[in-house]
Amino acid sequence: MAKRSIKRDRKGGYTLQLPADERELLRSLPAQFRAVLQTDDPGLRRLFPPAYTDDDDANDEFQRLMREELLEGKLAALEIVEQTAGAEHLTAEQLEGWLGALESLRLFLGTQLDVSEELYAVELDPDDPSAPALALYGYLSWLQEQAVEALSSSL
Amino acid sequence: MSQTIEAPVEVRLPDEDNEHDHDRPWIVIVWNDPINLMSYVTFVLRKLFGFSEEEATKLMLQVHNDGKAVVSSGEKEKAEFDVARLHAHGLWATLRQD
Repeated sequence: MAKRSIKRDRKGGYTLQLPADERELLRSLPAQFRAVLQTDDPGLRRLFPPAYTDDDDANDEFQRLMREELLEGKLAALEIVEQTAGAEHLTAEQLEGWLGALESLRLFLGTQLDVSEELYAVELDPDDPSAPALALYGYLSWLQEQAVEALSSSL
Repeated sequence: MSQTIEAPVEVRLPDEDNEHDHDRPWIVIVWNDPINLMSYVTFVLRKLFGFSEEEATKLMLQVHNDGKAVVSSGEKEKAEFDVARLHAHGLWATLRQD
């Protein structure tokens, strides 16, 4: 896991080096998650957080105006990953899409798994029924860190 | 955009909605959460608000250690816009009048 998978190239874009099985996983996740996004699954609460904590009316109005745009942005990011999961090169805009899609997936998985900040220090117990989901969460976290690192070098 | 001239309507403002309240800025707060990566929060603050890496890191650590940090302030519309942008990037942000 030490190897850098996403690197900035000389032309303002990024090279993407991932094994075929990881690409296949990343290609399949957006379709599954897109279906969840259209539901009112409580695991989505961190993707659509309240803007006002002390004013329900103001919050309802904010959600009414903003929720659709917020959802569209998340769907657009998922589509970019779906379409470029096999790519060797990504534009900056595409990598931003990857970053956004990884963020949405992690917010959902992390909320479902009720993760804590200490999670990364804990060894996975293979007998834990949540082990596969935790492993996926860990993988997506690692990949997001790579995307952040690559994009931060361009700021 | 065309303007429609209508008969004046009497608007009732809430009692506390006086001039003094209009002067108080709205603040945007980012809250700590166990999911967002520290590097990601720093990146988003730099990208959205143009903070230097040092400034963004300081705010991120404030969120991490104190549970929250004020990242912007100003008119209500600007604060709502900033909250919407932070939500679009997955951060847990709220606004309130200071």
